[in-house]
Amino acid sequence: MAIPYTLEFEKPLVEIEAQIEALEAEGDDKDAGFRKEVARLRKSHQTLLKKIYAGLTPWETVRVARHPKRPQFRDYIKLLCKDFCELHGDRRFSDDPAIVTGFGRVGAIKCMLIGHHKGRDTNEKLACHFGCAHPEGYRKALLKMKMAEKFGLPIVTFVDTPGAFPGIGAEQRGQAEAIAVNLLEMSRIETPIVSVVVGEGGSGGALGIAVADRVAMLEHAWYSVISPEGCAAILWKEANAETNNLAATALNLTAKDNKRLGIVDEIIKEPVGGAHRDPAHAARNIEKWITDQLIELERVKPTLLPGRRYERFRKLGEYETLKPARDGTGD
Amino acid sequence: MTQITSKTWSELKPVGSTRVPEGLWLRCPACGAMIYRKQMEANQHVCPECEHHYRIGARERIRQLADDGSFEPMFDDLVSGDPLKFTDLKGYKERLAAEQKRTGERDGVQAGRVFVKGRPAMLCCLDLTFMMGSMGSVVGEVVTRSIEYATAHDLPLVVVSCSGGARMQESGLSLMQMAKTSAALARHDDAGGLFISVLTDPTTGGVSASFAMLGDIIVAEPKALIGFAGPRVIKQTIRQELPEGFQRSEFLLQSGLIDRVVHRHELRNEIARIIDYANK
Repeated sequence: MAIPYTLEFEKPLVEIEAQIEALEAEGDDKDAGFRKEVARLRKSHQTLLKKIYAGLTPWETVRVARHPKRPQFRDYIKLLCKDFCELHGDRRFSDDPAIVTGFGRVGAIKCMLIGHHKGRDTNEKLACHFGCAHPEGYRKALLKMKMAEKFGLPIVTFVDTPGAFPGIGAEQRGQAEAIAVNLLEMSRIETPIVSVVVGEGGSGGALGIAVADRVAMLEHAWYSVISPEGCAAILWKEANAETNNLAATALNLTAKDNKRLGIVDEIIKEPVGGAHRDPAHAARNIEKWITDQLIELERVKPTLLPGRRYERFRKLGEYETLKPARDGTGD
Repeated sequence: MTQITSKTWSELKPVGSTRVPEGLWLRCPACGAMIYRKQMEANQHVCPECEHHYRIGARERIRQLADDGSFEPMFDDLVSGDPLKFTDLKGYKERLAAEQKRTGERDGVQAGRVFVKGRPAMLCCLDLTFMMGSMGSVVGEVVTRSIEYATAHDLPLVVVSCSGGARMQESGLSLMQMAKTSAALARHDDAGGLFISVLTDPTTGGVSASFAMLGDIIVAEPKALIGFAGPRVIKQTIRQELPEGFQRSEFLLQSGLIDRVVHRHELRNEIARIIDYANK
């Protein structure tokens, strides 16, 4: 029950957990008073957990989204698919482990699954560059998407990245071009695409696999143009506890903010206390949303999908028009 | 997305200051020669001694590329709202107002129909002088409308990029402009349209990772900084010095990422030539 990695706002919870553990260690199970006390503590733990997670600040949300126990793409694959068939490589340069691709079934629906993977232990994290993909990762994703289109499979993407990798090789091999081409090609793929931001939605690196017909965010995920630290370092001249907090709030990066702005269509509920407390529960909620969307989208003629997808993104952005257009789209 | 702003700017500028300092004479930041300002300006803002390309705003760019008097401005009636009520050390609204007052422009982009050596085209220039040419909703919308207009009228599309990336103050909405502009280019491509992307110093972040790198033909001015991540972020991440000339136009040419490096004096001719070769 106790989670060794503790977020500071979870400290009151850890205290109660410690109390329960201590009681259980010495208490007598047949004693009604003891049982009552444990039940009381458990209840207050649950109430507090609910309260804390209902009132997370944007910066706390970012911390939850990065929780080391938070389920990652490969965890969701295991929870969702019995017969995942991983497909490797971009056929050009290498196989980027930061983006995982393959055939799989979500519910009863055969799909092409694509997602960022950050890695769990140190070695895996290093191999995956902490979920920061290289150009070959984006190219691999696109290659598999094109194949999905060819075979009439819907595409399901899981977004969870701090951002695309900033490095010499990445630049040399065209990081910007790789992402840009994905944005362009995803907009015209004639098969349904649904995306879920399950953890971090870091900028272009996230969007590079998220130009979809429907986009959802897990309740405690974040999605923004830049990380709060990056933003704080530039606009507040320094990233520290205080400015990260301010930047996270200013960036409107929570699921609720993104829903309000029309950037995502839906917020997928997480179990009380975050997906890391009950990954299977989170996976069930994700599965339900994905299958609902795919059943709807499969009724649409594939050739009509790009046009609708275009309209979805076309309307995003807020500006004011000063005077009647001198010239414009009505021309 | 890595953005370049005033903070990181000092490390990103090639060798000298962004704007040409006031005064009759100035010292070239690249070669150190004292040059007569008017001579430099008459030389399309290129150092007469060492060919250093000074950064120029959108108006000057249009003046250099378009046939005299042919530019018909379009989509110039859009202004940024402040959808997120964004405030850092200063409010976004105040920042915008200050930039508008300083530059006399509404946002960081100019677009319109032009003739380039007699060839009709749609020209869209990002404006580095306005908030580092960063892309928020207005820039994204103007670029998208320019693309759509070019598609609808079968005009060659020329976009001159210079930008620090997506504009942080509009957060997710800025990010979405990357998808929007790229999706519009997919339609332009489907319609058989020509897109010439001109990269100038600097083109990074969300602009390079969307329309700027999607040209049928991509040309860059000499020694322009072009990349996804800014050099400072890369240096911090990999903790090593970056090679000489890294992320400059010539490096991109060698890496196979762009078609040509073109001197500013030749840009107009090159654009006209490409339009001819593409039968547009």
